[in-house]
Amino acid sequence: MPSKVLIIIPAYNEAHIIKEVIWDLHSENTNWNLLVVNDGSNDKTKEIAESTGLAKVINLPCQVGIGSCVQTGFKYASKHDFDFAVQFDGDGQHKVYEIEKLLHPLETNEADVVIGSRFCVKNPQYKPSFLRAIGIKVFELVNSILIGQRITDNTSGFRAYNKKTISFLSENYSSDYPEPEAVILLGKNRFKIKEIHTEMDQRSGGKSSIYGIYSGYYMVKVLLSILLTFIRPKIVNSKPT
Amino acid sequence: MNNFFVSNRIQYIAVICSVALLVFIFELTRRKKIREQYSILWLFFSIIFVVLSIWREGLDFFARFLGIDYAPSALFLLLVLAIFLILIQFSVIISKLSEENKKLSQEMGLMKLEMEELKKIRNDQINKKQI
Repeated sequence: MPSKVLIIIPAYNEAHIIKEVIWDLHSENTNWNLLVVNDGSNDKTKEIAESTGLAKVINLPCQVGIGSCVQTGFKYASKHDFDFAVQFDGDGQHKVYEIEKLLHPLETNEADVVIGSRFCVKNPQYKPSFLRAIGIKVFELVNSILIGQRITDNTSGFRAYNKKTISFLSENYSSDYPEPEAVILLGKNRFKIKEIHTEMDQRSGGKSSIYGIYSGYYMVKVLLSILLTFIRPKIVNSKPT
Repeated sequence: MNNFFVSNRIQYIAVICSVALLVFIFELTRRKKIREQYSILWLFFSIIFVVLSIWREGLDFFARFLGIDYAPSALFLLLVLAIFLILIQFSVIISKLSEENKKLSQEMGLMKLEMEELKKIRNDQINKKQI
């Protein structure tokens, strides 16, 4: 039996590109189940996503943040017994042909979570600004020290998870800026993490949610969360896997 | 008599204000505008303020006990302490509320999708029967 794969597409006001993303995913592999989690958008994201007829659409009644939005996808995946879930951002930054690459280590049981990394190898296409590069380096250093494994791209939202991880994250996932923190959470709870080089475009639609004054807040909030996640006791997954 | 009133004016004001606060909080709780569990800190501190405004030596004693020379400073200390505790309680409540709000939103989103799908299945069945 082929494994059931769910592609989770968190979307907040992505009306301009959501259709393209859904079609891209569908034409890459028609066996994938697509789930758009619409985080209370106030544009036509809901209508456009639903009109394609190719994706399930969950509409959250109020904006809960990217983390809780993706977590809704984990809950759906858990409930419907999916083998693998891939988080694929709705802004067109991630590449559909990279998904298979991310799924492969899960299928061979080599990893529980696979992170699509921009920085595993030198990448001429993606050039973060100076400050952002510093932030990325800080996360690399902190996370690598805390979990004893080098993770180069802690902010990447392009990730694939197996069933065990899905079930765990559907109960434990931060509501905003969850990515760097999740690395610690998963590392600490002994999930096998693997990084794989993936190409990523500079954003084509939309702006990063992290800019200007928010960068400072972002760094402080995420570093605090990382530290707290690290000192909290290990979570024993209550759900049978 | 008049002189006595002037020299104690601040005490009268303090008594009136702290009693008013106590009554106000009590009334809000009675009318269910504040839940009992959230009114406890307010009531506790307003009772302390009522006591200290009536019983001046109490404040002096309290200040001396803490090694504060200027008794009204002890009052400020208490006030700040009260505000701190109540605000911390608020942060805890807000965090709990947003966590619950998140869970509700997620559940509702999941259920809405499930409901839509069930509706579709039902409509399909009805259409089939009609054909």
